[in-house]
This record gives sequence, structure tokens and C-alpha cells, in this order.
Amino acid sequence: MRKDRKIRIVLAKPGLDGHDRGAKLLVRIFMEAGMEVIYTGLRQTPEMIVATALQEDADVIGLSSLSGVHNYFFPRVTELLREKGMADVLVVGGGIIPDEDIAGLKKAGIAAIFGPGTPTTEIVEFIRANVRK
Amino acid sequence: MFDKDALGKIKTAKDKWEKEILDGALGKEKERKDVFTSISGEPIERLYTPLDVSDLDYNEQLGYPGQFPFTRGVQPTMYRGRFWTMRQYAGFGSARESNARYRYLLEQGQTGLSVAFDLPTQAGYDSDHPLSMGEVGKVGVAVDCIGDMRVLFDKIPLDKVTTSMTINAPATVLLAMYLAIADEQGISYEKLGGTVQNDILKEITVRGQYIYPPRPSMKLTVDLIEYCFKNVPRWNSISISGYHIREAGSTAAQEAAFTIADGIAYVQACVERGLDVDKFAPRLSFFFNAFTNVVEEVAKFRAARRVWARIMKERFGAKDPRSLMLRFHVQTGGVTLTAQQPLNNIIRVTLQAYAAALGGCQSLHTNSYDEALCLPTEQAVTVALRTQQIVAEESGATDSIDPLAGSYMVEALTDKIEKQVFDYLEKIDNMGGTLKAIEKNYIQKEIQQSSYRFQKEIENNERVYVGINKYTMEEAPPANLLKVDMKVGQAEAEKLRKMRAARDKKRWEKALENLRKVSEKNENVMSAVIEAVKAEATIGEICDVWREIYGEYKPKQSF
Repeated sequence: MRKDRKIRIVLAKPGLDGHDRGAKLLVRIFMEAGMEVIYTGLRQTPEMIVATALQEDADVIGLSSLSGVHNYFFPRVTELLREKGMADVLVVGGGIIPDEDIAGLKKAGIAAIFGPGTPTTEIVEFIRANVRK
Repeated sequence: MFDKDALGKIKTAKDKWEKEILDGALGKEKERKDVFTSISGEPIERLYTPLDVSDLDYNEQLGYPGQFPFTRGVQPTMYRGRFWTMRQYAGFGSARESNARYRYLLEQGQTGLSVAFDLPTQAGYDSDHPLSMGEVGKVGVAVDCIGDMRVLFDKIPLDKVTTSMTINAPATVLLAMYLAIADEQGISYEKLGGTVQNDILKEITVRGQYIYPPRPSMKLTVDLIEYCFKNVPRWNSISISGYHIREAGSTAAQEAAFTIADGIAYVQACVERGLDVDKFAPRLSFFFNAFTNVVEEVAKFRAARRVWARIMKERFGAKDPRSLMLRFHVQTGGVTLTAQQPLNNIIRVTLQAYAAALGGCQSLHTNSYDEALCLPTEQAVTVALRTQQIVAEESGATDSIDPLAGSYMVEALTDKIEKQVFDYLEKIDNMGGTLKAIEKNYIQKEIQQSSYRFQKEIENNERVYVGINKYTMEEAPPANLLKVDMKVGQAEAEKLRKMRAARDKKRWEKALENLRKVSEKNENVMSAVIEAVKAEATIGEICDVWREIYGEYKPKQSF
């Protein structure tokens, strides 16, 4: 990534889940951390999310789900990224995600899962450390 | 409550105490913080005295339970007569599985049902719609058609229970299915009791399960209210909800203010429809959150009752005392639960339930301790139900009405929240009303701001959250979490396919055609919806008729 460029992050709510308090909070946190944030809003399919990431030239995709559909939606996003040759986009997730699901999600290419109570500073630091350079 | 003379003496004594006792104590040891604030960020005084409630007029501001302005409660005997309705929100997987959970809860002493629908149902999509992928049966039960509703209420006589349904954008469709099942069970509509949430404005501002733009959505809301008051007289046709406003990050005062602002918009819309306020207002009900700060919550409930009574009387000219009563359901605060050390959540829920009881709720859902981890397990649900049974039976909160009244702090905070609510209402009025304030993103932004402030307080360690930023510890990953089988989706889709193939095509086509005509003519849709569900039209098919006529809502994002 060019040094003069800000980290570009697409924040998305996959599926029909309407719990967006965390996502909206992170929009502001990421903006304050000097990132460019594109928030998709609710009701996104994996195809819509990846299309947004492509169009916005995103470095990072953040997925938020509190309705229990992460095992379907998150791996589908990384699969589509690989198909489109965008495998270097960092994908992170958050929400209500049982510990036992995390290993499977990481195997599918989700770099990190941030559960309830995670300090937002930890998320920002992780992204800075792991985004494509 | 105090005359000038007495207040003067109290003031003199307070000054003396500060000088002779307090200053010395502060000199020896500073207080823990310079400023103490409630969880809503409101400054809290060191000590409340009669000086903080010097203007309080007992008869005017408090009065008696069951009497204007209802600060002390909506019924004359409150829990001395009977406890609140213990109503646990439940539903997952297929209608068959949910039916089993309902019958279990009824056997355990629960007194009312509360149906959680899955997100496709809440958003008006069938189980086989592409957006339903992965969501079927997840956060609630999947209901596509009348057949599912029949299974959901199998062996549950609808005249013996009251049923609350958390359904908003497609509320007309689910209520129509419920009424159709009542017809099948041979029970007349007059005997049905229950609630549909039917509160679309908070879906648009905070909860996200909207379908249509605000104005046509309001039309459907009012159709349901109008139909119920003519045909289903015991049904609570709307539950005006602050719960989700609070969950989204608002303060206690904002929760009360924006909920009441939504309430005003609904009453206004019904009046504009030509309904007599005293005919429908008694069936309006509310739904609030309860956080762990007991005194602030109690003050919020009392203030909300007083504000609503005044608004209904003064703004809408309601005369029937029942029109002035703010009756409400409470759910304990979902966002207050932690994934860390989840058993601690039982204590949080206990305090929150206690606040709801001291605040005079009409029904209560207590959250399960595992809800920050997964959908609640049966064990956790049972503990949650027992928690409210202990509050009701053992704590003593139910023996005397409004037991915290007269506390200088409770009365001072009640007055303060009341003032904050009226200030917000004035601002919203000046913007041209609730719908305008929502369209301008004003309400959404106010809530986001509070959510941000709270998060910052936690991260800067200005506020302690046990298990999050203090008293943390290493834990083994939690076990025994409830899982919903992904196969529910396939099974539901298969069932739908069979039903669509077997139904009477002519009757189905005619019913949907009639629904379209009625909707285009801007008439009340309820009867046509009931006909359509009886003709086995699915929720997706019915909602599609309106998607074509009204379009779909797409919120503007702004930060």
C-alpha cells in the first residue's frame, strides 16, 4: 500500500440482522483512527459486500453479525474475494460468535473475530498491523 | 411538600453539616471521583435532601395509583392485586420446536407467551428467499404461512393465554394468521388477548426490521390499530418501544423521550384517520428497557407515566382515564450482558428485574445469562424465569405500591427526566414532528452520540464494567451453547414448495388480487389480509404486493 494512502475499510452487515450499534460505533472509531470508512448499511449479501469492496478499492472488510449466521456469510465473503483475485483484502468479523466457531472461520480466511467487550483500540491496532502493506 | 420555614431550617442544617462534618471528612480522604454520573452520563449529587424536591406538589405530581398523572402506577392495587405477567420472549427453529418450548414455559408457571420470529419473517420474506439464506429459524421461529402458525399454537387454546408477537413491518400478516387460527379453534375475537409490537418507527431509527418507507408503513400500522379496536377489543394493537432505542445506545431520558415522540406520532396518525382518541388509546401499550442502575430506571418509568398522561390529556384531549395510562412491558437490558464471566449476568438481570418491579411494569421478560454468547439454552431460560419469580415472591418489592416514592433522589431524578423528555419533545415539535425528526436523522444521531460516549467511558476506564475493564480473568470457553440446525432452512423451503403446489390456486390468486385492489384504493387492508392468509398466501407473497405499491425503504447513512 502506498504510504500516503489511508486504510480503506468497508464495514458491512450481512444478512437480515438489524443490530448495528457496534457497526455504527466502529464507523466513527475507524474515522477517528484516520481510516476511510464505507458503511454498507443493513441487508447485504456476500456478493453485494464484495462488489462494494471492489468498487471502493478496500483494504479491509469488517463483517458484523449478531444473529448467528456468521458460519454461512463470513466464509462466503472470503470465497468470493478469492474468486475475484482479491485475497489480499483483510477480512475481520465481530458480533455474537461462539468460541467454537472461531477456528473454522479463521480457516476460511477471516483474520480475526472480535467478540462483545473487545476494546475498539484492539481492533484498530489489529487492522493497522495486518492490513496489506 | 415542605413549607418555606421547614426548608429554611433544612438548608441551615445542611450548611452546618457541610462545614462541620463533611469538609473534615473530605479533607481526610477525597471521594473516589470528582463527578459521579449515572450510566446515562447524568451527574448524580452526593446527597439528596428535601431541598432538591422543594417544589414537589404531591397531589399534582404524584397523586395516587390508578389516578392521574399515574406517577405511582396505573392500577389502584398494583402487585398486591396480581403480579406482572411473566412473559419470556422465545422462539427458534421450526414451529414444532417453538411450540414445545412454549408448552414447557407454560408448565413452568409462565403466564403469557411471547413469540420471537426469525429475521426473514420479520422482514417479510419467505424461508426460500435468497436473503433468508442462513437466517431461517435462527433468532426466532420461521413462519411462512398459516400452516406454520397452526403448528406453533398446537394444543395451546388461544382464549386461555395472552400472546405477544414481536412483529412490526408485517404485523398485519402475523396478526391475520393468529386470527385465522382462532377461527379454526372456534374462538371469537373478543376473547383474544395479546400484543403485536407493530411499531415501525423504531425499526426505522434503531432496530432495522423495516420494509416500506415511513409513511406507507404508518398507514399499515394504523390499519391494524383501527381493525383491532373494532374487532379484537382486548388486543394491544401496538407496543411503542423504547427497548431497542436504549439497546442502540441511548440514555434513559432519551429512551423515554423518543419512545413518547413515537407514541405521539401514532396517536396523531390515528386521530387523522378519524378515530376517537378515547376509543383506541386504552389499547396502546409501551415497551421499555431496564438497565442495572435501579434508581435511574425507576425514575424513568415514573417520569414516562407522568409525561404520557399529561400529553394524552392536554395535547389530545383524552378523557377516559385508561387513555392516559402508560402501561408497559419491560425487558432487561440485552446490551448490559457480558460474554465474559456470563454467570455475572444473572446478578445484572436480578437488579434490572427489581428495577422493573419497583417501577411498576405490567409484564416482564428477564434475559438469560448466556445471551451474549448464543441463543438462550433451556437451563438459562429457566434461571431467568426464576429470577422474576424470586423478585415477585421473595424481595418484598410487590407488597407496597411504588415503594421508592418520596425518596428525595427518586423524586428529583423523576422530575429531571420528565423535564429532559419535554425538552426533547419541544425540539422534535419544532422540527415538524417525529417523522420529520427521523427523516432528518436527528433521533438516530442523538442515540449514536450517547452510544459513542458510553463506549469511550468504558475504554478510558472512566466507568467500570465488571469482567470487561476490571475484575477480568482467564476463562475456559463456554460449553453447552444452543445451536440451531442449518437444516431448518432447507426443511422450511421444502415444506413451502409442497404447500405452494397443493394449495387452491384460484382461491389464492383471488385473495391476493383483492388485497392489491384494497391496498391501491387506500382502504383498510386487514380483512383482505385475513382472507389471503386463509387462502395460504405466504408472508413473502403478501409483503411483495405492498413492495410493488409502496416501494422499499432505504435509509440514508450519516455519521
